[in-house]
Amino acid sequence: MKPLVEIQNLVKYFDLGGDQRVHAVDDVSLSINPREIVGLVGESGSGKSTLGKTLLGLHDKTDGNVSFAGQVLPQRYRASDFRAMAPKMQMIFQDPYSSLNPRMTVGEIVGEGLRLQPELSASDVQDRVAHWLQLVGLSPDHRSRYPHEFSGGQRQRIGIARALILQPEFVVCDEPISALDVSVQAQVVNLLGELTQELGLTLLFIAHDLSMVRYISDRMAVMYLGGLVEVGTSAEVFFDPKHPYTQTLIASNPEADPEHERGRQSTTIQGEIPSPVNVPAGCRFANRCPQAMPHCSTTTPALKPVPTISENLQSQRLVACHLFD
Amino acid sequence: MSEPILQVANLHVDFQTYGGVVQAVRGVSFDVCAGQTLAIVGESGCGKSVTVQSLMGLIPMPPGRIHQGSAHLRGHDILASKIIDGQDIRGSQISMIFQDPMTSLNPTMNIGSQIAETLEVHKGYSKSDAFARAIELLDMSKIPEAAKRAKQYPFEFSGGMLQRAMIAMAIACEPAILVADEPTTALDVTIQAQILDLLGDLQQETGMAIILITHDLGVVARMADEVMVMYAGEVVERGGVDDIFYRSGHPYTQGLRLAMPTNNQDTEANQTLVAIDGSPPDLFNPPRGCAYHPRCPYAMQVCAEQAPPTRTLGADHQAQCWLHHEMAGALPDGLVSASKVGQ
Repeated sequence: MKPLVEIQNLVKYFDLGGDQRVHAVDDVSLSINPREIVGLVGESGSGKSTLGKTLLGLHDKTDGNVSFAGQVLPQRYRASDFRAMAPKMQMIFQDPYSSLNPRMTVGEIVGEGLRLQPELSASDVQDRVAHWLQLVGLSPDHRSRYPHEFSGGQRQRIGIARALILQPEFVVCDEPISALDVSVQAQVVNLLGELTQELGLTLLFIAHDLSMVRYISDRMAVMYLGGLVEVGTSAEVFFDPKHPYTQTLIASNPEADPEHERGRQSTTIQGEIPSPVNVPAGCRFANRCPQAMPHCSTTTPALKPVPTISENLQSQRLVACHLFD
Repeated sequence: MSEPILQVANLHVDFQTYGGVVQAVRGVSFDVCAGQTLAIVGESGCGKSVTVQSLMGLIPMPPGRIHQGSAHLRGHDILASKIIDGQDIRGSQISMIFQDPMTSLNPTMNIGSQIAETLEVHKGYSKSDAFARAIELLDMSKIPEAAKRAKQYPFEFSGGMLQRAMIAMAIACEPAILVADEPTTALDVTIQAQILDLLGDLQQETGMAIILITHDLGVVARMADEVMVMYAGEVVERGGVDDIFYRSGHPYTQGLRLAMPTNNQDTEANQTLVAIDGSPPDLFNPPRGCAYHPRCPYAMQVCAEQAPPTRTLGADHQAQCWLHHEMAGALPDGLVSASKVGQ
């Protein structure tokens, strides 16, 4: 199968002035197949959101390529590129409060993308907006209301309708549920799951809630300090993590099961994610890694396939760690 | 079980606003025992923070008002007076850490002096003694190079380190109770694990009680001895941590559990999340009867009319739900009935 989105050696640095720069995304390669949900996890500051935004052209690429359905996307987007790509790639944002313009009605917000299709009459636009509001579980009568009249979960539904009304093939969901309460999270996750099925969407689902990512995604990619450390099917990565960082991350994830929690050994690692300005040489995790070897802090490990139990080619397992050399 | 050190009974807190009266806490009762962790669980706006803030006198009055209820710390009424035996209970008896350590510390004072200030005020330490003790406390909170860090300012600390500094400050006067209001919500999972371990270790060393406020059931499973589930300003269920997770008696508790993915390799294959429809009620106008009835999949006629009685389901396990009434018929799957307890 040909990947829908192919990321090759993508690099995004932010210049801080002088010769300092933030290494937000550093040499990331990842393929996303059609109709696949890929979860992207990592701590704050690991570059997940920057990767998502750079994919869609919201940031200029410092280096590397992103291709969509075989077509290489420009390094820096111009207005015409955004117009061309918006119907194909969309984004759902984390904060349902700041991502909706408070001065626009819900109908204007959801219907704004349809301005790219000037052949639609005003009443067609109205009909489509009503249809999409219904699809995401709101009432068509909500068109004339403003965002402040809605709760967080409802606003996130508005954000979903806005992203999907152009019927894109690929959607980046940047922490779409982390601002929501537990009971509402499940509503939004189930809605996203249903729509993805019905519309045949491909998703990059960025989150830090590991259980939720495992639940929703087919494959999972783990990011640390700008680089990918492990990629594999969600079940494999979650239940059989290979990279020491993934192991730590999953061991730190508190489980809603008191018996399991009482039986857990303390697996916390010391220290915190280093600054992406002064990136350590070699493996970026070496200074916190319990299994670090001398050459870990000098040579950077590449993301390489490791043998998996299943011989399924779809579930190719990639790990960036010298333990698997 | 030991004697409770804090006893709260029938607490009611409301706020007068332009839009009307918000009934934030509507009759909450609980006990806290030394060395135990009580977790208060619920969604935003359910009154969990207001409950503990009212005990510490952190509710601005007006607009806030505690119009009913009592709270006794070792037999002293703390709602009437925040001073016990000449000492303010805040800092010396009960102390608190907050969700956002960045905005809870003074950006213009170095970390060591902020901790030292607590000791000077409550314990009468001299400035230099207090600062030396502050360094020890930072060390106890596992901050590396404590002596150097004590002279730094909050902006030089990461989120996890600031939360450790907050904990150092909170334990400075050896409080009987530490209130942790969403202490790890703003932190990453690896840092969260470090902070939870630290809180557990400190509790072992000092024997203090912890009141942990959170909406994360994973954190509850990890830390809590006792759990109190709140909804719309009321306690809907309380019990030991195993009662709440394995023998829950209230549809809301069950709903919260089913709304979260579990990571069990054997059963996860075709698990689907069950969302709780709708959203929490407006506390200007709480619904009649059971506050949860508009969202409850098992709601009956009576639920909309009368507040449910508290039913005892086991030792120290109570739920407020009409389903446990004799006339309610068979219980839905997954809920535990009073009669089955003890089998």
